[in-house]
Amino acid sequence: MTNPFPFSAIVGQEEMKQAMILTAIDPSIGGVLVFGDRGTGKSTAVRALAALLPPIRAVKGCPVNSEKPALVPEWAGLGSKRTAERPTPVVDLPLGATEDRVTGALDIEKALAHGEKAFEPGLLARANRGYLYIDEVNLLEDHIVDLLLDVAQSGENVVEREGLSIRHPARFVLVGSGNPEEGELRPQLLDRFGLSVEVASPKDVDTRIEVIKRRDAYENDNAAFMLRWQAEDAAIRDRILKARKALKRLKTPEQTLRDVAELCLALGSDGLRGELTLLKAARAHAAFRNDTALTRGHVRAAAPMALRHRLRRDPLDEAGSGTRVTRVIEDVLG
Amino acid sequence: MSLDSPWDRALLALRLLAIDPGLGGITIRARAGPVRDGLAASLDVLGSALTKLHPAMTDDVLLGGMDLSATLAAGHVVHKQGLLQGKQPLVLTMAERTPAGFAARVSAHLDTGGGPLIAFDEGADTDEIVPTALAERMAFHIDLNDVRHGEVNLSNTPLPTAYLTTHTPAQLAQIVTVAAQCGISSLRAPSFALRAAQAHAVLNGRKAVSDEDIATACTLVFAHRATQMPEAEPPTPESESEPNSGEKTQITDLDLPNELLLDAIRAMLPDDLLDRVAAAKNRSGKGNGTGATRKGNRRGRPLPSRAGRKGDDARIDLVATLRTAAPWQTIRRRESGRDGLQIRASDFRTKRFEERSDRLLIFAVDASGSAALARLAEAKGAVELLLAQAYARRDHVALVSFRGTEAEVLLPPTRSLVQTKRRLASLPGGGGTPLAAGLQTALEQALHAGRRGLTPTICILTDGRANIARDGTANRAQAAADAQQMAQTIHAQGVEALVIDTGNRSAEALKALSQTLNAPYLPLPRADANRLSAAVTDALGD
Repeated sequence: MTNPFPFSAIVGQEEMKQAMILTAIDPSIGGVLVFGDRGTGKSTAVRALAALLPPIRAVKGCPVNSEKPALVPEWAGLGSKRTAERPTPVVDLPLGATEDRVTGALDIEKALAHGEKAFEPGLLARANRGYLYIDEVNLLEDHIVDLLLDVAQSGENVVEREGLSIRHPARFVLVGSGNPEEGELRPQLLDRFGLSVEVASPKDVDTRIEVIKRRDAYENDNAAFMLRWQAEDAAIRDRILKARKALKRLKTPEQTLRDVAELCLALGSDGLRGELTLLKAARAHAAFRNDTALTRGHVRAAAPMALRHRLRRDPLDEAGSGTRVTRVIEDVLG
Repeated sequence: MSLDSPWDRALLALRLLAIDPGLGGITIRARAGPVRDGLAASLDVLGSALTKLHPAMTDDVLLGGMDLSATLAAGHVVHKQGLLQGKQPLVLTMAERTPAGFAARVSAHLDTGGGPLIAFDEGADTDEIVPTALAERMAFHIDLNDVRHGEVNLSNTPLPTAYLTTHTPAQLAQIVTVAAQCGISSLRAPSFALRAAQAHAVLNGRKAVSDEDIATACTLVFAHRATQMPEAEPPTPESESEPNSGEKTQITDLDLPNELLLDAIRAMLPDDLLDRVAAAKNRSGKGNGTGATRKGNRRGRPLPSRAGRKGDDARIDLVATLRTAAPWQTIRRRESGRDGLQIRASDFRTKRFEERSDRLLIFAVDASGSAALARLAEAKGAVELLLAQAYARRDHVALVSFRGTEAEVLLPPTRSLVQTKRRLASLPGGGGTPLAAGLQTALEQALHAGRRGLTPTICILTDGRANIARDGTANRAQAAADAQQMAQTIHAQGVEALVIDTGNRSAEALKALSQTLNAPYLPLPRADANRLSAAVTDALGD
């Protein structure tokens, strides 16, 4: 199938869509973690994301999608200096991927056939300036998780193996999805995700019917369906681009900063990453809505997804952390 | 075509799949035998070029890459195509042993329009099943284990070519409603059912989808996904308040009431539905019957390298490879007439590592009247605390409780806090002390976990006053003897254990039991969850 299911045609799941749009506006928010049952549109949303994102300018043929010719790593051995528009990379990291595939390794092909010591870039190189998507992130093997943590923190992939010494930029937005019943996520990795959303199947029949109807139209009348929804996707893309510009002009009043700090304090989230992410997410939210100043409403809208996964885990608390966040938001922001 | 026999259902599913490959595929649960062979023979309705897959295939076989042997022989790079390309039908054998990574790649291929996939599931136990990520993306599941050889017949009526069919909104609503009544939350199921109904209409040469199509499709797609016995009443009251009454009346006006449809599905439901649902829920993501290897080739303590080809998941030990190739260089140069280093596929040495497998702590908790009810709360607390710290220590936790006349597994091995909380929410207590039964259940769990590559340790919390024998009779002497015997079995199986005496006075019988088990004995009359967790950590070491 050539075209992925359009992002705007996904019925419901507003929070998930909102979170993805926010990271598209400001990639420094960090990744999105989507937890929920099977068949709730997680994979569909991520695969649709690629078509939604505005294209980036990158040096032609650069393995790490460098913006300027000066930034192209030496080992790429690239002659061309021309830049071209290309879609924002959305790279799948499959569960069983080996370290070699993720970080890159000695290019055996060149080593054997031509006797050259060359570097074969891995998934991290391809994901630079784009998105790295991990389905079933909670089942990812520990040594790959360690590796991702390191790279996500430094924004740089360092390969020291088999006589190679290579480093290249690897800045990407991490998108993970999974089913919480199958296993928990390591707290360190959890912390790397800027936003987290919980998705569930829609409960009422009419919404479910609408989902099936659109899926059916997508499969049986693809051309007309794409024509209709691609226009909507384009509208969202324009709003994202506008919001990126508006983000710079956005004012952040002192009172909002105080709200954010009080909220995080009341929730007892570890470290200051919670505050920073919440602030960025609220600003992106405001920019998307084309508002000029940050208000309490924006913070309230962004708080659940920015803070839900940062609470200290309490094994004896029966209610989910989502309810706790909502309760505290009510208490602090009134 | 009748739907009563699994064989007919399998053939029908195959034909629907041939008409609409977008249905994803079929899981066929059947042991090797003539019935399975018969079905494999009828797979050619899907087209002649079938691609065979095997769970042990590596990435370069699936996704393509460099053909190393050919490259070395030719002296220039030879690429080969992966198997997961195009729209060829895929046949996966031994699907129950599919590792998660393999399933992820095939799922991605199905998601992007590849396939369809025919997965032959040869699992014997209920816990040996096709990975859910894969099963979810296939519309049909047929169990052929009960089909006799005589029922096997092949049909070779030609298939019609696919065309677009029409359906009414009410039919769509009916599919969705029935899915909800069967307790299916995934939206892939109703989507598949609609496509199956359309394909069924094409098969019967109809322009519009009929109610019979809907009934057949729902039966085929929903029966194996149902998580509850379908109830023929409107699903949730949430949707009732909505002012969408027009559509509601339409649903009731249908020729084929939901009741009939549900009856048809109910007839297809396996008798052990609830057990199967529970089994599917218990499956942690890692347990897929493949058995974890203790000797890996990715991480852990290095072992000497060994001969092997360059697979995708093995790292080449370059130095060892060169060392193997070195003595042959002169001979090879003379033979090939080429200069430079010449390495053959047989020279490759791959790195190996040894890793310690994850530990499973099985708590066997005495929930009898003699052990105070508070014990159970402590054990619950300790389990949750241990789980909360489990990430640093890579522990899995299971909980077995014994009371009255029998033992039960309250929490199958898991690392999931979410699941634990749900399971531990209510724990009944009271009754006799069937210590032997408790030990037996714990041992069963331990052996099962051992097969999955975990290292089990049984942690027994009791006051040692066993008074129910294994046959369920109240006989103190027999109960103690049975417990001793079980302890010997546990020791003989090489399962590690730990005995925690929770009685107010230390019990001699329990000391003897721990000696039989060759296990540490910890008297802990006033334990709270924190102390219990600390004691277990100390006794077992890291």
